[in-house]
Amino acid sequence: MTLSAHDVRWAAGGRMIVDGVTLEARPGRMLGLVGPNGSGKSSLLRVLCRLRRIAGGVVRLDGRDIDGYARRALARRLAFVEQQASTDVGLTVCDVVRLGRTPHRAALASWSDADEHAVEGALARVGLADRHDQAWHTLSGGERQRAQIARALAQEPGELILDEPTNHLDIRHQLSILSMVRRLGVTCLVALHDLNLASLFCDEIAVMQAGKLVAAGSPQTVLTPDLVRDVFGVDVRIRTDSAGHRHIEYVVGEAGGADP
Amino acid sequence: MTHGVHRPNWPLRIGIAIAAAAAVALSIATAVTIGEMRIPPAVAFRALANGLFDAGYPVGPIQQGVIFEYRLSRALMAALCGGALALSGAILQALLRNPLAEPYILGISAGASTGAVCVLILGVGGSALTLSAGAFAGSILALAVVGLLAAGAGGASERVILAGVAGSQLFNAATATIVTTLATAEQARGVMFWLLGNFGGVRWPDVGVAAPVALAGFAVCVVHAKALDAFAFGADTAASLGVAVARMRIVLLATTAVMTAVMVSIVGTIGFVGLVIPHAARFLVGPGHARLLPASLVGGAVFMILADILSRVLVPQQILPIGVVTALFGAPAFAIILYRARART
Repeated sequence: MTLSAHDVRWAAGGRMIVDGVTLEARPGRMLGLVGPNGSGKSSLLRVLCRLRRIAGGVVRLDGRDIDGYARRALARRLAFVEQQASTDVGLTVCDVVRLGRTPHRAALASWSDADEHAVEGALARVGLADRHDQAWHTLSGGERQRAQIARALAQEPGELILDEPTNHLDIRHQLSILSMVRRLGVTCLVALHDLNLASLFCDEIAVMQAGKLVAAGSPQTVLTPDLVRDVFGVDVRIRTDSAGHRHIEYVVGEAGGADP
Repeated sequence: MTHGVHRPNWPLRIGIAIAAAAAVALSIATAVTIGEMRIPPAVAFRALANGLFDAGYPVGPIQQGVIFEYRLSRALMAALCGGALALSGAILQALLRNPLAEPYILGISAGASTGAVCVLILGVGGSALTLSAGAFAGSILALAVVGLLAAGAGGASERVILAGVAGSQLFNAATATIVTTLATAEQARGVMFWLLGNFGGVRWPDVGVAAPVALAGFAVCVVHAKALDAFAFGADTAASLGVAVARMRIVLLATTAVMTAVMVSIVGTIGFVGLVIPHAARFLVGPGHARLLPASLVGGAVFMILADILSRVLVPQQILPIGVVTALFGAPAFAIILYRARART
């Protein structure tokens, strides 16, 4: 039992953005959310961590409606990492990660040993322990994303929700961020654009199209040429290499190709 | 790994608090002994002791009155006003995530000036309504207009700022219309003087209003220090960290609005302090609000007292509008701070 959504709906500006989604994140597993731009991935993630009020359905955490959780109690269970966090404030890496302790501290509480321990541990897990006092705005894109993930880990969450954490990163940092997230051993729900990365790193994949969930299951069963053509409008070939990894190859410029 | 700064160091904290209090007290003491009428410091302190503790020193009634009724209340009002404006600026810069946010961004000063000219020139309310009351009513009205505009536009940070700009323009235009069409030259001059800020009319009852407002406002803000820190990466991240974003926005915007409206209605619109002191404080103590808010309060208080002293001594036989002094001396000081901060990074 962990985070699950049942027939969840969310509308904005009179348009249904998330339209009756039912899915479940299994403990300790990495669930990838894929879909074209505007398919409602980001909105669904925000609905799941109660950043948006749902119009219908129910989101449950350990079988309990998340509306029943106090804000801070929820923030100690669910951590959310935005696509690209930015700030004008002159923070250090450590300052950023310390924000993760916000839900654990009362309004006027002092900094405790447990807080310090959580922050140092989180920095070590994302490989930024030596960047402790570096200014946030001097970090590279990949390091910023790591710092945000460390901030989320400092919340000591049971579930980690990441909205396209690899966006704007070069391929090396995409790979290193995803393999790091995979090693965390936390239940993860991650929106991804790259189908190959999704199939490489995720235990399960859920596919969204126009606000609806159109498929869910293991990468092998979900990411088929037919589905990719239906959902993304792109022809692909799928090749399995000698190591058993699946590779999705885009077919461009051939008959029935990617031209709209 | 230990990083020093995170451990609460109580002796250091208490030491800093005492130093801050001493700085404010010293500024007030200086302000009380300086002025048009020459009064020796010894006499001034005796007069203070008489007024505060009923000490019974022999001091002439005029000197006693000047020191205690006029200069002390004026210095305290300057401290409260500077502290409250700087605190409001620090809150708004964090809440709206905009380094240019300042207390007047919500249309308060524009509304106050409209209210003031309504009383001063149109004679609204007859003799029942004072200039301060008119200014307060105007600022609350402007705040309501800006609040409705911002809420109607969705309530996001940049919408609040745009609504504030629109509201300010509207009320400034109303003020300009009244002044240009109906005011005599004398009245226009009076309005101008009021708009630039003036501690001349301050008496003890004003301090009695301003002190509880500033201190209560400070208490509300300090309770939200951690939540303000969590706002560094925006409302969604703050909400995901367990901050009640909507409630906090309303509480803090209302708190800064009331603090600013009260100060403006008593002393006029004094610019620059609310914008610049929080930045200066950030350079000194860093961006964490647990330190930034007290530093802004104290920094604003000391800065305003010193500015008031300068306004009284710069031109002999004349008192400069306080807003002119805060900008004339604050801007170069801020430029130096900016320059040094650049050199450090």
